[in-house]
Amino acid sequence: MSRSSHHERGDIGARFPKVDGAGKADGSGVYTDDLAFPRMLHAKLLRSPHAHARILNIDVSAAERLPGVIATLVGAEMPAKYGVIPWTHDEQALATDHVRFIGDEVACVAALDERTAEEALRLIRVDYEPLPALLSAEEALAHPEIKVNEKAKVGNITKEVKLEFGPVDEAIATAAAITRERYQYAGSTHAPIEPHCAVARVDGDGNLTVWSSTQIPHYVHRELARVLGLPPARVRVIQPLLGGAFGGKSDPFSLEFCVAKLALKTGRPVKILFTREEVFYAHRGRHPMAMDVTVALDAGGRISAVDNKILIDGGAYASFGLVTAYYAGQLLTGPYRFGTYRFDSKRMYTNKPPCGPKRGHGSVQPRFAFEVALDEAAEKLGIDPIEVRRRNFIGEDVETVNGQRITSNGFLKCLELVEQASGWKERHGKLGPGRGLGVAGSMYISGTAYPVYPNEMPQSGVLVKLDRSGRVAVFSGASDIGQGVNTLLCQIAAEELGCDPREVTVVAADTDLTPVDMGAYSSRVTFMNGLAAREACEKLARKLKAAASVRVGDEIELELGTVRGPRGSISFAEACQLAEAAEGAPLSATGGYRTQKLGGNYRGGTIGASPAYSFTAHVAEVEVDEETGIWKVTRIWAAHDCGKALNPTLVEGQIEGSVYMGAAEAQMEEMVYGKQGLLFGPSLLDYKIPTSLDTPLIDALIVESHDPNGPYGAKEAGEGPLHPAIPAIANAIHDACGIRLRELPFYPQRVLQLLQARVPGQERRTAC
Amino acid sequence: MLTLPRLQLHRPGSVREAVELLASKPNARVLAGGTDIVPNLKHGIYETEHLIALRGLSSELRYVRRDGGRDGDSIRLGALCTIDQLSKDPDVLQSLPALADACRQIAGPQLRKMGTLGGNLCLDTRCVYINQSYFWRSALGFCLKKDGTACHVVAQGLRCVAAASNDTAPVLLALGASVRIVGPRGERVVPLADFYLHDGIHNTVLEPDELLVEAAVPLPAARLKQAFFKLRTRAAIDYSAINLAVALAVSPAGLVTALRLCVSALAARPALINRLQDLVGQPADLHLAEELGRRAQKQCKPLTNIGVDPAYRREILPVLVRRTVLRAIAS
Repeated sequence: MSRSSHHERGDIGARFPKVDGAGKADGSGVYTDDLAFPRMLHAKLLRSPHAHARILNIDVSAAERLPGVIATLVGAEMPAKYGVIPWTHDEQALATDHVRFIGDEVACVAALDERTAEEALRLIRVDYEPLPALLSAEEALAHPEIKVNEKAKVGNITKEVKLEFGPVDEAIATAAAITRERYQYAGSTHAPIEPHCAVARVDGDGNLTVWSSTQIPHYVHRELARVLGLPPARVRVIQPLLGGAFGGKSDPFSLEFCVAKLALKTGRPVKILFTREEVFYAHRGRHPMAMDVTVALDAGGRISAVDNKILIDGGAYASFGLVTAYYAGQLLTGPYRFGTYRFDSKRMYTNKPPCGPKRGHGSVQPRFAFEVALDEAAEKLGIDPIEVRRRNFIGEDVETVNGQRITSNGFLKCLELVEQASGWKERHGKLGPGRGLGVAGSMYISGTAYPVYPNEMPQSGVLVKLDRSGRVAVFSGASDIGQGVNTLLCQIAAEELGCDPREVTVVAADTDLTPVDMGAYSSRVTFMNGLAAREACEKLARKLKAAASVRVGDEIELELGTVRGPRGSISFAEACQLAEAAEGAPLSATGGYRTQKLGGNYRGGTIGASPAYSFTAHVAEVEVDEETGIWKVTRIWAAHDCGKALNPTLVEGQIEGSVYMGAAEAQMEEMVYGKQGLLFGPSLLDYKIPTSLDTPLIDALIVESHDPNGPYGAKEAGEGPLHPAIPAIANAIHDACGIRLRELPFYPQRVLQLLQARVPGQERRTAC
Repeated sequence: MLTLPRLQLHRPGSVREAVELLASKPNARVLAGGTDIVPNLKHGIYETEHLIALRGLSSELRYVRRDGGRDGDSIRLGALCTIDQLSKDPDVLQSLPALADACRQIAGPQLRKMGTLGGNLCLDTRCVYINQSYFWRSALGFCLKKDGTACHVVAQGLRCVAAASNDTAPVLLALGASVRIVGPRGERVVPLADFYLHDGIHNTVLEPDELLVEAAVPLPAARLKQAFFKLRTRAAIDYSAINLAVALAVSPAGLVTALRLCVSALAARPALINRLQDLVGQPADLHLAEELGRRAQKQCKPLTNIGVDPAYRREILPVLVRRTVLRAIAS
């Protein structure tokens, strides 16, 4: 009997093509900005030109008189504060009395077209009383008397976390080798191709629908209802096809509230599409961090203590900042065993666009600092960088120093793969002047046990319906932001039900039609939504088999549209019909992901506690021009333990995208501000992200450790593989020319300065 | 997205019609490839109601010709040649390889297919403080070049120092090119060395009613050893943080008989490095390359008008010059 190929079956493990891939490539995909409705208005936002000011008065009368202007909107019309975290509601859709950064939203105009709305903005008169602006975390710390955001209880601190596990000072005092250095991480942003866009429409019964390029439709739904004072059952949020997010669309944003309010005011559909500049002001990107890191090794090269004091520049609003302050410390405690550990992280409010979660939220910065510090300390003991990482491997089924439970752990395999693929043993320390190899490792979460708002309901839900035609419909609340969850839902249906994955409809991220999923953040979607989908499909598969067994006998196999048994086979559609007849009702089933209780038994112990952790190792190869400081990362070997590759092509894509983004931050990305707090060059010309020509060759290597908790053994793959890229590059530059880069990005001028400061004999790192 | 201001688009069919339109519509701007003017219009940098699109002049102004004119043999490049075309044209590749090289490094493939030689030669100056949205510039407090009175690059500066950022200019300057200009008062030919001015607000001698229609390079240039270099953060898209072009003639004995070096992306006027005559007669070697590097560094003062650290740009300039000169000598 000829069996269909794995690829054709499109079940678990197949390289099944992305279901929305063709539409993205040929332009037929419908993004939020592609939506248009009769009588639709276009709205624009007026933004603060001051980094910090009181609003004394807003006069929109001249704007309202401009022909073509239909409505204006100011903050007093919806003053309620909101925010993605229920404990830090500190934002208003439009500021009522206090603006906190250049770009903060102040007023909004809806007009017949964008140009008229833009012209009307210039007619709005706002009287400001400028206030002193705090433009760095250090300034914010030094001036508690100037309040950036009233939400801060003490000075300008959004959140401070101090945790200590074991006698850190004792371990440092008896260490064989210590590195104690300051590392600085510049802020960067996501730069998705698609700018934020939202469209709102109110139907004749007063039901509000908002289409938004969001990665958290559920939280947008909650906050819209709360701020607008509408019953949640009257609000519907739909996430259309998304053109990239990376964490930059995981907060409720001003534009969603403004289109909704303006649609309610005018009775007409309203759209706002951010300009690229506005995407930079919406930001929520990587936090700048200053990190004073101590790493202590004992005589055997084992990590006896890690101490990290972290000062975080948060920008004007909290966003996920409460979590950031925890993640900065909590996610560092693997893949190595720490003898003792202490961190003190403090997130400050400053008068700049708000930072938030960017791919690898909170942990990319400390990971950079730690992995470079580990290299430095190991060098003092003459231990090879890969060897020191191997020696400190924490193992499987263990608990970390801060009480997190690690189940599967393929980190050793990751190290082995990149060691072999890069020719480490033959090449590290031996590539000749200006060329070098560097290694780094990391760990990341597959979702967190703790939901953003406390509740007893499932974190993710899926409803699957079978039609007598054989069509399968999967209703899922999860947001596909390019990671491919909609494709995986088809594969899970194919795996469990034996349907053709091309005959699955996924209805996703529509709060009226789909069960709730918390959103695409913390690398939780495939893990939690996948488990929910599998549970729903398993229930239906049992019904299908029971019904089909009457016809084809027991011992049934479900595969690619055919139901096979000892007495013959029938089509999948026939099986659906038999099952529907047996049920006496349409066939459907639901599945959910129920939060497990995890984490250390202390305040904050659940934050960063994940049902499964992914692991990564990178080796980077660089070339440094020692006369100019110009350097190039030529190749990165990235091995990632994703538990089980549900779709290896998608996993490789996530690894490649992560490596690109990490290497980009090492090379050139930085949010630079002028003295007034004005963001330099908020455009994709001035804010540098690498082109394809600046991108290294990437070898994406998959490691499968088959996690007992994940769907089919899977763990996350979308964020973890970013982390080691930056320290691996820094360590490779050290191998190439003996310098230690401790401040990002590694601009050629910084490299050149360090090269010039070398002492004779420091040109080459000694090979261990 | 950012919107264009309200504009009237004119489509002349000939150079003569275009010049007539320019004369009759004060403040009109010329649209060739549009790669620079469209974003600038969206940023509100120009006060204009009229755009004069030159597509209808393509048959007249898109050519590469090798001919003997009044001033001897030359290569003539029509102003509407696209950057992409010049990067691939066999005559340009053979006779003006540094120009082809410069063209290959402008922007990205799509923009090179739109952008033109005339547009690049007349490219408006750029500065981190001007090429921004109206909102951004208003938050800054505007600047000398448009809507304001202060310079944010040079404290108390009274003259705009926005940088010439075109990559064809330094090469054509090094090769001794001239440009042909047509206006209502007729036609004139201006050596490129006299074309640019020290004024970031308007950095050429082109009058508002004139059109640059051609660049010509005297053909002895074909026998010059030449090279171009562009410093930029990314390997595509970016404007130059520094660009430089060198052209030199070398005798069979290996001695320099003529020499020009241009370093640009510094301030408003792309300019040749001065006082190199004493180097004529010297051997074309490493020593010469290093000496040129020293002189270039002495004469060049990078500013904060471009978003790459000026002290760094100045520091590595001698290395960049040395390498480019050596590459030219070896060519």
